[in-house]
Amino acid sequence: MTETVSIVIVSHSQDIAKGTADMVRQMVGSEVKVAFCGGNPDGGLGTSVPLIMDAINDAWSAKGVAILVDLGGAETNSEMAVEMLEPARRDLVVVCNAPIVEGAVMAATEAAGGSSLAQVKAVAEELSAD
Amino acid sequence: MSLQPETFRSLIKVAAEQVIASAPELTTLDQAIGDGDHGSNMKRGCEAVLGKLDAISAQPLDEALKMIGKTLVMTVGGASGPLYGSFFLAAGEALSHDKHLPDDLADVFGSAVDAVSARGRSHVGEKTMLDVLVPVLETLKAAAGQPDLIARIRTTATDALARTAPMQATKGRASFLGPRSIGHLDPGARSSCVLVQAVCASLEGKQ
Repeated sequence: MTETVSIVIVSHSQDIAKGTADMVRQMVGSEVKVAFCGGNPDGGLGTSVPLIMDAINDAWSAKGVAILVDLGGAETNSEMAVEMLEPARRDLVVVCNAPIVEGAVMAATEAAGGSSLAQVKAVAEELSAD
Repeated sequence: MSLQPETFRSLIKVAAEQVIASAPELTTLDQAIGDGDHGSNMKRGCEAVLGKLDAISAQPLDEALKMIGKTLVMTVGGASGPLYGSFFLAAGEALSHDKHLPDDLADVFGSAVDAVSARGRSHVGEKTMLDVLVPVLETLKAAAGQPDLIARIRTTATDALARTAPMQATKGRASFLGPRSIGHLDPGARSSCVLVQAVCASLEGKQ
């Protein structure tokens, strides 16, 4: 099987993150690796840099990882998590500026076709274009 | 202003304890214009720093600041984790590269403030922690070496915090409120003010 770009979903809510991942798996299948995380280090609403790093490493693909986020702190913490990865991995992870559910489904659909990380990101971000 | 290891240790302790003590107030401010988690997030981060106080204060200053930064990044759980984390990581990084205290204090603080600005893609006037940190940096530059430096920094921080109330937020969760963010102090500016005042109080006690 050819490796595809992977998807990581980062929400303030564990339930939203899991639900989004479930939707991606049902609509796109299991050929694209999907990891998710939600909640702060105490399990309340929020995001956590170490959990995001774990999700990226769990979903790791040599073709790259596209992260979908919900609100501001999820984006800031995801950017921080990418910078704290081992240097060889940092350039292969992008945070997409896209709505989390639609973006994750569109990104995974594009990834399933074998597209590059840049193409996957571009397709997800079309959803945010005016 | 010299910074002996014992001074540094008590300075971190006082600053972290002050933030923890202000957590209810930070939460109240954040409930007004944010998502209400700034107090609990900062409390969790500062408790983690206190838990590592021995290990942190055993390091040289640059490594100690980086350890504080990394601890905040890994434990805070909100956007303030990477923002404050980047502040301390950049300060430590500056000290690892030929900057020394107290002579280069303004340069080191400036690097740290720049890191916050880059991390948040934000600038002064947007009702954020930068609205306290940038005026403090300006006072550090203008009053470096003056005998009343600490008093001037205290006044600067308090005045700068008050000026966030009439601002309309354009960054962060508060920006969703648009004009309704006006009239409330910014919670991030408040936590920055608490930190600056705690460091000043600690240094005054040691002079």
